[in-house]
Amino acid sequence: MDDTPTPPVPSTLEVDDTVFETSHTGKFARRTRYVPPDPRKVLSFITGLVREVRVKPGQRVRRGDHLLVLEAMKMENDISSPADGTIKAVLAVPGKMVTKGQVLIEFE
Amino acid sequence: MSVFTKIADLFKRSDKVTRLKDAKAYEKQYAMGKLGARDRIQALLDPGSFHEYDLFVEHRCQDFNMDKKQLPGDGVVTGTGTIENHPVAIFAQDFTVAGGSLGLMHARKITKIMDHAVNLGIPLIGINDSGGARIQEGVDSLAGYGEIFYRNTRASGVIPQISVILGPCAGGAVYSPALTDFVFVVDKISKMFITGPEVIKTVLGEEISMEDLGGARVHTEISGNAHFFAKSEMECFTQIKKLTTFIPWNNRKRADSYPALLPDPAIRIDRIIPEQPTKPYDVRNVIGAVCDGSDFLEVHKLWAANIVVGFARLNGETVGIVANQPSVLAGVLDVDSSDKAARFVRFCDAFNIPLITFVDLPGYLPGIDQEHAGVIRHGAKLLYAYSEATVPKITVILRKAYGGGYIAMCSRHLGADFVFAWPTAEIAVMGPEGAANIIFKSEIAGSPDPNETRKRKVREYTEKFANPYVAAAAGHIDAVINPEDTREHLIHALRISTNKQETVMPKKHGVPPF
Repeated sequence: MDDTPTPPVPSTLEVDDTVFETSHTGKFARRTRYVPPDPRKVLSFITGLVREVRVKPGQRVRRGDHLLVLEAMKMENDISSPADGTIKAVLAVPGKMVTKGQVLIEFE
Repeated sequence: MSVFTKIADLFKRSDKVTRLKDAKAYEKQYAMGKLGARDRIQALLDPGSFHEYDLFVEHRCQDFNMDKKQLPGDGVVTGTGTIENHPVAIFAQDFTVAGGSLGLMHARKITKIMDHAVNLGIPLIGINDSGGARIQEGVDSLAGYGEIFYRNTRASGVIPQISVILGPCAGGAVYSPALTDFVFVVDKISKMFITGPEVIKTVLGEEISMEDLGGARVHTEISGNAHFFAKSEMECFTQIKKLTTFIPWNNRKRADSYPALLPDPAIRIDRIIPEQPTKPYDVRNVIGAVCDGSDFLEVHKLWAANIVVGFARLNGETVGIVANQPSVLAGVLDVDSSDKAARFVRFCDAFNIPLITFVDLPGYLPGIDQEHAGVIRHGAKLLYAYSEATVPKITVILRKAYGGGYIAMCSRHLGADFVFAWPTAEIAVMGPEGAANIIFKSEIAGSPDPNETRKRKVREYTEKFANPYVAAAAGHIDAVINPEDTREHLIHALRISTNKQETVMPKKHGVPPF
């Protein structure tokens, strides 16, 4: 390793309708693409352990109802329903780890 | 006891602390390419200049059989000396003594030398090589850390503070370096993180090596926590020595003057900028073409490379240089580059170092990730830093200066004392393409050949606005200069700014968008 930056990849960048010849930084090249949130999916906001699941597929829930308990950072987090709706699938399994961003519950 | 016996006793006692090494610990230390604490100080300071204090300090822990354990110097070496004849206060944690762990007395030695540095008005250098808190001393070691952080913060802007990470620096301990002005790291030796790989694996189930999590490369290239990267400890010390020559002892002094040197005549300043405004070039060539001996000490060289910051000299006097880098991301401002430049500007302002800004940017980096990462808040830091700075501020617009980027890069409107522009400068609200597409939108859309109309309108806009003379006519810039005369203009502007004084409204401190 020397103290020169990771060899720049010649590339382009568009700003205000003008395409500039330049190179990209590694950080820019590796940036995470934006994925629009899907309101029918409840995602894990943190990596943790599913302690308890309180709903079943087909069940109707109201906004604020408890869906499951996710333990993370020594804290039991109650995950509640973001909206009124019917549960389509429960992907969270009690006693299993989930990673951040993993789908826990799907609505119809 | 005779006087001679007493003197011999002193030698015996000092030897016990300095010479009796834990052979195994040293073997491990050397095997990792690391030096001992005292070796490091000797290598960094001028020969024979080091004076050590608190050699006989001992820990006071009674629990866990610690009272039977002797820890030479309590795992840290402190003292004063000189680097290239500049006085410095220094501490170096000794990993061979209880893993360099920080206990109460260890921390007391550090805070004592920090207090000296502030009172004497000399830079502080801290060499970090420690396993972390000394668990046996419990909350006392936490107190020690807190007292160090408090002093780092209070000393900020009063004396330059340099941190050198030559080993692990984990958990709360990393906040001392983070509060200092410059952090030096060495490849394969430095490790910095809040939570280590083991904790991450237990809590998150994610596996990563120490090097990939918080190695030297990571902190100089990705996180921006470290400013200087070296391949070896010796190279790191050479970098520190060089930095020391550019900065003043404290905030009441100016950096030392050196004999003026001419820039390398091989760099042809008028040949650097490509004819097409969309082509890249390395802005460091412009810096090399104007500064003494073409000698430029780049800070944060590997992080946010779309902006270049660092120290150089003009006519023998230190200046801080900030320059957009068209060869990386077209030189745009984004979250990281704004943070990087803002921090550097504030350091220069705190320590009486005049600022030279070279401008060539198309604006801010477009992107969802940028907006969501808070490019507004981070970008505002640069505006804040430049507006707040009262040191002489001189700006040279090389090529593009568009929109918000033009304002942010130390424009006249943010208090620049002198704004020069090269004849290649384009100072406008945005680039010709974007501007024409907005202003002539309906005209372009309604024409029989929209593409041809657009090209014509872009050409018209370019001829009329893509130059420095519209801004010159409004007095926003002071002079359009021949690139070859840049150095002369800068030296003159600096010379007449020597006694610059600005009145600032009295306040406790500002509230920058941290």
